[in-house]
Amino acid sequence: MEVAAKAIEAPASPAWRTNLATIAALMARAKNELVRVPGAAIPGVLAPTIFFLGLNGVFGALTQLQGFETGSYESFIIPVSMLQGAGFTGAAAGVNLARDYEGGWVDRLLVSPAPRWVLLAGNVLAASARSLIPATFVLAIAFVIGAEWPGLDGLAVCYLMVAATAAVAACWGSMLALRYKSQSAAPLMQAGTMALILLTPAYAPLALLQPWLEKVANVNPLTQVLEAARQGFVGSVTWADTWPGIVAMAGLLAVLGSLALREMRRTNV
Amino acid sequence: MSDLAASARVVRALGGRSIRQTFRRPQLLAPIVVFPTLLLAVQTGGAGASVELPGFPPVQSFLQFMLAGAMMQSMMLAGNSGGIAFAVDIEMGFTDRLFAAPIPRFAIVLGRLAGTAALGLFASVWFLAIGLIFGAEIEGGVPGALLAMALVTASALAVGGIGAAIALRTGSASVVQGLFPLVLVVLFLSSAFFPQELMIEPAKTIAEYNPLSFIVEGVREPIISGIDATVTMEAVAAIAGIVVLGLVLSARALQHRLRVG
Repeated sequence: MEVAAKAIEAPASPAWRTNLATIAALMARAKNELVRVPGAAIPGVLAPTIFFLGLNGVFGALTQLQGFETGSYESFIIPVSMLQGAGFTGAAAGVNLARDYEGGWVDRLLVSPAPRWVLLAGNVLAASARSLIPATFVLAIAFVIGAEWPGLDGLAVCYLMVAATAAVAACWGSMLALRYKSQSAAPLMQAGTMALILLTPAYAPLALLQPWLEKVANVNPLTQVLEAARQGFVGSVTWADTWPGIVAMAGLLAVLGSLALREMRRTNV
Repeated sequence: MSDLAASARVVRALGGRSIRQTFRRPQLLAPIVVFPTLLLAVQTGGAGASVELPGFPPVQSFLQFMLAGAMMQSMMLAGNSGGIAFAVDIEMGFTDRLFAAPIPRFAIVLGRLAGTAALGLFASVWFLAIGLIFGAEIEGGVPGALLAMALVTASALAVGGIGAAIALRTGSASVVQGLFPLVLVVLFLSSAFFPQELMIEPAKTIAEYNPLSFIVEGVREPIISGIDATVTMEAVAAIAGIVVLGLVLSARALQHRLRVG
């Protein structure tokens, strides 16, 4: 009785600290899932690796075309595979949220006093952290088969873009998970992120794309993200090639984050 | 009613069920239609300039070249999806009820495969239609288109046999689903997306002996240049080989399933 009274009298932690602790707890839960079910990470790692090796083996001769910025197709394509891994990981965060909804876990979170944005941030930041695993794995494979070292600055920008892409994909996946409340929406989550990443100069430089894809790539914000992630692998890192990627990511995060948050606020227990 | 007619009715009913199941569940239809269509668009738009590479076979456009690859991808994924749906039936006990029914066991597997073959046919029609809409010509004309459709349908049946065998053996949808990356590996290590002569080692050598390459070339030839008897026979032989492998594996897996229940 005395203990309970003391607990009630104890000064409450500041809200920001409680929110950070909640986000950290949600991220730890995602990490535990990874440790307890290591097989769950395999598809996210395997798919971009297969795509990387496959695309390199199949389309490697494209570097012979005039207008290609590099003679090494593995260097050209590796950022695409890293972003693809981030996209898959982010979409998987949406699928996991739908699974948690079906299992009743999300209901329990929603009745907790944690703000909605904190619940969303936990899921999104966990996806960002998880995306570093497939990115690092596929990058190691790329170095083994001859991809060029992008420099520390190039690597840092690339990883920043990977983590941000996973966050964007997780917002997209969470939005769909909360709207459809079913894992059946998984193909839509994956197809959306895959389309966003591949409708860019993924396979060849902008100038070599077919006119329709060039037009789409020019308005696709992921093009700026890919160019920023790729710059170190095919040349040198410049601020001029970096800031459009950062702006594009910030814009995508703002839009998709707001939409996901709106779905979360609309979700009734 | 003769035994054969009764079996045919069972196959038709189960085949129809598997097709309806696919069209009702977006997670089964998406890999067959959405992903291959998206990849076809992206690869055609992204690597379209590759037709200018020295050594690229004479084609009207890269889209014309890629149609066979998209059909193969869709067909392989239809086989995989059929295996997943079959495994779900096993997990939910539907197959056990069929085993207890007075119908031949082979008709149960054949029913699922008939559905997979129909999806293969749908995929071939879908991609031929996309090709025609976006300006690709079918050099072999109507007979060439029909030959391509027949080869894709037969390939779906053959690949579906392997998917069904794995479903019967494991009885687990997640195991069959886990084969999805393998499907991609087999596709990339074939001439589905690029001429084998222009691929990079070791993919180039593996593609030379990959049975899927023979099937792809059999489907591609009537589209890009016209019907060629040798290429067609090689494709038929490759499909026959996969059918035999699927039959043997399915028969053994069926015996295993009946033994362990």
